[in-house]
Amino acid sequence: MADYQNIFTRVQVRGPGEPGLALPAGDMPRVGGMAFSDLLGRIGNAQIGPIHLGGLGIVSLVLGVLGFNIIGLNMLAQVNWNPIEFIRQLFWLSLDPPDPKYGLSWPPLGEGGWYMIAGQLITLSILLWWVKMYRRAIQLGMGTHVAWAFASAIWLFLVLGFFRPLLMGSWSEAVPFGIFPHLDWTAAFSIRYGNLFYNPFHALSIVFLYGSTLLFAMHAATILAVSRFGGDREIEQIYDRGTASERAGLFWRWTMGFNATMESIHRWAWWFAVLCTLTGGIGILLTGTVVDNWYLWAVKHDFAPAYPEMFPADSLADPAAGSGGAK
Amino acid sequence: MNREPLLVPVIIGAVLAFGVLAAWFLKVPSEKTQLGYRGVGMELVENKRTTAKLKATNELPEPQPALDPEEIAGPRASEVYENVQVLGDLSEAQFNRIMAAITEWVSPEQGCVYCHNEEGNFASDDNYAKIVSRRMFQMTQHINGQWKDHVGNVGVTCYTCHRGKNVPEYIWFDAKTPKQENRMLGRRDSQNEGGLKSSGYSSLPNAHYASFLANVGDDKNRRIRVQDKAALDSGLGATIQDTEWTYGLMMHMTESLGVNCTFCHNSRAFGSWEQSTPQRVNAWHGIRMVRDLNAAFLEPLKPVYPDKRLGPTGDAPKANCTTCHQHVSKPLYGAEMLKDYLASLSPTAK
Repeated sequence: MADYQNIFTRVQVRGPGEPGLALPAGDMPRVGGMAFSDLLGRIGNAQIGPIHLGGLGIVSLVLGVLGFNIIGLNMLAQVNWNPIEFIRQLFWLSLDPPDPKYGLSWPPLGEGGWYMIAGQLITLSILLWWVKMYRRAIQLGMGTHVAWAFASAIWLFLVLGFFRPLLMGSWSEAVPFGIFPHLDWTAAFSIRYGNLFYNPFHALSIVFLYGSTLLFAMHAATILAVSRFGGDREIEQIYDRGTASERAGLFWRWTMGFNATMESIHRWAWWFAVLCTLTGGIGILLTGTVVDNWYLWAVKHDFAPAYPEMFPADSLADPAAGSGGAK
Repeated sequence: MNREPLLVPVIIGAVLAFGVLAAWFLKVPSEKTQLGYRGVGMELVENKRTTAKLKATNELPEPQPALDPEEIAGPRASEVYENVQVLGDLSEAQFNRIMAAITEWVSPEQGCVYCHNEEGNFASDDNYAKIVSRRMFQMTQHINGQWKDHVGNVGVTCYTCHRGKNVPEYIWFDAKTPKQENRMLGRRDSQNEGGLKSSGYSSLPNAHYASFLANVGDDKNRRIRVQDKAALDSGLGATIQDTEWTYGLMMHMTESLGVNCTFCHNSRAFGSWEQSTPQRVNAWHGIRMVRDLNAAFLEPLKPVYPDKRLGPTGDAPKANCTTCHQHVSKPLYGAEMLKDYLASLSPTAK
């Protein structure tokens, strides 16, 4: 019994390696042998491999690595090929999108051209990986839920780097490829458009983000808590509800009056995760294309609170108001 | 034997204990001052250790002894000395008093000969530093007269920037464009540089001095205002890049003044003047003042300087917010130094 009260998996199944279902004719073979890892077995399945990369996977990896390297080499060039400076400044370095003056036209390589190439390679890589994921699910006779959840994340990625820049008429609106620089972009984006916290889709996205972590914690804790009654056999419990399901449901009804079922909790989790990036993408897409200042939009729709004035109004007059200067 | 039931709580306990101890020893003693309405987060947060250090480096020199009325009434400096192009209307005693002060403020080690001819011909203009300091007297008078919107009646003296040094510690030059900038690969566009104080250690654009503070006139500098003034269809057209440049300038200002964003702004609506503090209006004038000083006084001195005083691209040293502020929101903590030197540094002094 105590085996279930541990943060690590205590039971590791060891036998001959399981190669998986036979692949349909024409599929590329699985690669890599089979091995067992005791350490990885504590947090997951102890069996490592084989991997099915397939044609799509190989092309996707090659394109992704190519894009990644273009970013890295641009960063190295920025520090004059000095590896120590590269490591010191790694978090600051970036491959930036083209200047605004190039609009939707193709910029010179040094002024955003590399960014466009790297972006396209990585986008293509991600899209191919999505197709691979979809096809693997079909091959295994599964539903395609994982692929569609991934598609929701790809939607946000495409909004940030493709759809919104397209609508804004400038590739310069895309996000830089750098660690701090993409965070600067995020902060600047919010400030430029009058505070993204007043964007209702941003708010929804946060609800689903935090909601996902809450649901994950509730579900994981519930299943671990009833696994001593076989609750970890979730699929079995879905169509043959046992005492584990009854106790788990009862626990939440006692705690908050309502409980999800063994099956529906997974729909809750899937939708929360998918809606996080789906609503987020909508919020980004509307920013600058439809709404120019979210704070003023909130004022217009009466949901930005007003606070008492702390200073005399004449001490706060815009000093440029008289001269008509908008800078 | 199963040891894990004991091991896990011990590990968790050790991590927690480490966290508590680290928090205790690394705690920064801070002081918070509320600036806006409660609940909006407008406050000034200061690190007490930094404040103590700054207080120590911002101590004032003793003022020069005050003069008797008959000393003030004595003969004019322009009558006593040759080649007095500024401050000639002061009495000889007043003139010598400000000369003693400026020696203490600017060249305490070299003394008079930092500016004046080493063979004792004080009237000679052969030392470039004398020509510069003459222009600096005019600049100080100009600030105290024309820029009251920024410096108020506290005003400035030579000491505000110089602090006992020949050249003020915080000046800037145009940056030399790195070699790789014109190549096909590795353009940096004045940003994404690690560990730069001028952009507050961020990866934001860092060439904001030349872009925002070098020219008079809004249309000659990069735009600062980037937020639209209407919810929909306001068509301001500022880009993300514009915003990042403004952000970089603001990082320079917070770094220079030792304050956070909310010293001036309500961060929920950075552009709103009604929700800002009066300090923002003051800062607006400060930006215009620095532009004026750089364009009218500092950059034109370029032909006067020897090469060692010029920047990597051969430009003259220029001012930004830090030049005076030196990490304090009111330079020298608002000490009124000017009142002891009104005769020489007020706008009406001649």
